[in-house]
Amino acid sequence: MKVRSQVSMVFHLDKCIGCHTCSIACKNIWTDREGAEYMWWNNVETKPGVGFPTQWEDQEKYHGGWELNDKPKNPELKLKLQNRLQTFTNLFSNPAMPTMDDYYEPWTYKYGDLFNSPLGDDQPTARPISRIDGKPIDIESGPNWDDDLGGSNIYAVNDPLLATMSAEEKQRLFSIEQLFYFYMPRICNHCLNAACGAACPSGAIYKRAEDGVVLINQDKCRGWRMCVSACPYKKTYYNWSTGKSEKCILCYPRLESGQAPACFHSCVGRIRYLGVLLYDADQIEDALKVPDEQLVQRQRDMILDPHDPKVVAAAKESGVPDGVITAAQNSPVYQYVKEWEMALPLHPEYRTLPMLFYVPPLLPVLNATQPNGTQRVETDLFSSLENARVPVRYMSRTLAAGNDELVIKSYQKMIAVRIYKRAETVGDVTKEEADAALAKAGMTAEEAEAIYHLTSLPNYQERFVIPPYSREGDIEELYDPQQRKAEMGFGKRQGPQRGL
Amino acid sequence: MLEIMLFVVFPYVALAVGIVGTIYRYLTNQYSFTSLSSQFLENDLQFWGSTLWHYGIIPTTLIHLGGFFLPKLMFIMHSTPETLYLAELAGKVLGIMALVGAGIMLYRRLTVSKIREITTPVDWVILSLLFGQVFFGLILAFLYRWGATWFLHTATPWIESLTFFQPAPQYVTALPLAHKIHFLTGFLLFALMPFSRLVHIATFPFSYMWRRFQLVIWTRRKVV
Ligand code: HEM
Ligand code: SF4
Ligand code: SF4
Repeated sequence: MKVRSQVSMVFHLDKCIGCHTCSIACKNIWTDREGAEYMWWNNVETKPGVGFPTQWEDQEKYHGGWELNDKPKNPELKLKLQNRLQTFTNLFSNPAMPTMDDYYEPWTYKYGDLFNSPLGDDQPTARPISRIDGKPIDIESGPNWDDDLGGSNIYAVNDPLLATMSAEEKQRLFSIEQLFYFYMPRICNHCLNAACGAACPSGAIYKRAEDGVVLINQDKCRGWRMCVSACPYKKTYYNWSTGKSEKCILCYPRLESGQAPACFHSCVGRIRYLGVLLYDADQIEDALKVPDEQLVQRQRDMILDPHDPKVVAAAKESGVPDGVITAAQNSPVYQYVKEWEMALPLHPEYRTLPMLFYVPPLLPVLNATQPNGTQRVETDLFSSLENARVPVRYMSRTLAAGNDELVIKSYQKMIAVRIYKRAETVGDVTKEEADAALAKAGMTAEEAEAIYHLTSLPNYQERFVIPPYSREGDIEELYDPQQRKAEMGFGKRQGPQRGL
Repeated sequence: MLEIMLFVVFPYVALAVGIVGTIYRYLTNQYSFTSLSSQFLENDLQFWGSTLWHYGIIPTTLIHLGGFFLPKLMFIMHSTPETLYLAELAGKVLGIMALVGAGIMLYRRLTVSKIREITTPVDWVILSLLFGQVFFGLILAFLYRWGATWFLHTATPWIESLTFFQPAPQYVTALPLAHKIHFLTGFLLFALMPFSRLVHIATFPFSYMWRRFQLVIWTRRKVV
């Protein structure tokens, strides 16, 4: 057993209000500079929808992630993008390279015209101009172009996941009064089997052993741009100005000083949780060589119980500091992912072992309106989940590689907690109904209370259990990492001039 | 005197500048080592330009190096008329590929406004020089045929003499002007390497052939 620690994340989608505060917090800190304007290390998409970049989930187009060969006896993992030899033949022109059109062309406005236009009969306007060549542009897409347009037959119909659903299921998603959509904030998943790193010809992408943050060494990146194609989540971005790829750094400078990443810290819906997971690195490969439906279970199996003395001993053996083990024992992520099995990884079938987990969105859960116009929590919702507006099939394609059961289980728990609390606080559900609901979801009243507390009432320290870092002892700071932050990003020493 | 300057001093200076400069740049500013790819901004011309260019120029460069340092092998490889003919043909095809590729890249930088925006003066210099270099190379190939053989009796001994620090410029001073221009531009390009994006050649990612897929790194601990 080789124990490693990973700073992992849970996003509780049922709480996301789609406000984009997280995206703005990130942009202001990290990507508000030339070459990075179009990058959204954190973005929030409306689902069903095309996402950002457009149709990123269509791996036939982008060739991201890993593939399992179809020999069950001798399973092998390979990058969907290319094998090692092809990496060399494709260096000069990457055939699966997304271009700026797949994202959007960043723009600003000619504000000067508002002041400098000659006197005339018309109001002066500030025309949009490209942030790249300064030419006037017609804005045709943006980072969040289909915001709130779930159900749109211009945008949402192009969601790649819909292709796998039956006509009837699709129709349900798009019919006016049944419309269903939700928000999905996305950052880099800081994967255990990162495809970005595996595809990098220079070996510039690495995982920090201390906390599992995946980083691109900007000094070693040579702009071969294979990571951009290989990441199935499209979370590495090519900086067109510096000729280097960049990605979410999980705000490691903030983590190292005990603060939550900016998107977590600023989240208005408080949907975000951060904590350490201990996992067995020896299992990585085998956990991925299984059929799609088993992937989530195998990933859960890899995650170790930090209270188990054997695990603690093995963790110490592997060099995990005591403080990190304590943090793992208090991790809210461990509770959601492992204890309660409510949080699921995004597209586990890409086989990168993403370490950001999502609690699926439940609202709108009510599918029956009472005659007097009030709504009542459906106590028999377990049996009628198929009829609920939440399309289980769509969620399982998103979060469980098609394994409906896992999603239903997660929903059952959420619904049981609701019924249980409703019986307690509102009283229009009887105690018996509540107990029956708990029994059906296979949980105790204590667990329901704990889920309720961590979902609805957690404070900052409960949401973010940041392990202690000792960077001041680990490194010597020879120069100020912030000196060029505004123009070039964190830790860079050269000015913003484009390379020779 | 001029000949000594051009065919002895200049090559040494160019090599020294190229090698020392590249190493110096690597040690002091590794961040600047990148291909500065612009594929993200424009994909279609880039595919044809970059592919033709690199698939033409890299074998051509390797064959030149072979001619300099493995002349015996090269000699054997075209010792019969058939192989000589093949070598001649291959050289021309590769050269034309490179020329067309460079032409497309130049055209692309001129006409695509986004690409022009990110083009530096040095980009213009090296791209034009490279275009000219390939152009003169093709002139030699078409006007002075059977280069595969005369190369081994002119350029090769000259480079060899420079390698062993017993410079013998007389091997090349009598050649026509087109040859001289081609030789000198070659060394000039080498000298320009540390001042241009050509440094991307120096960091060809050989280690990807064998390195493990996942890199997990501790601060101040051995890699696990
Ligand atoms: C050794 C292997 C080489 C590799 C892996 C390589 C790779 C690359 C890559 C990835 C680009 C960026 C293309 C883009 O996306 O815009 C590039 C551009 C370029 N390379 Fe290479 N290259 C190699 C060798 C060479 C050689 C030998 C030369 C010339 C002597 C050369 C000259 C150029 C030039 C001039 C450009 C700029 C083209 C433009 O955008 O205008 N390369 N190379
Ligand atoms: S999600 Fe992050 S770690 Fe995973 S492959 Fe993409 S960039 Fe790499
Ligand atoms: S800040 Fe929080 S609630 Fe708002 S969009 Fe981002 S994740 Fe959702």
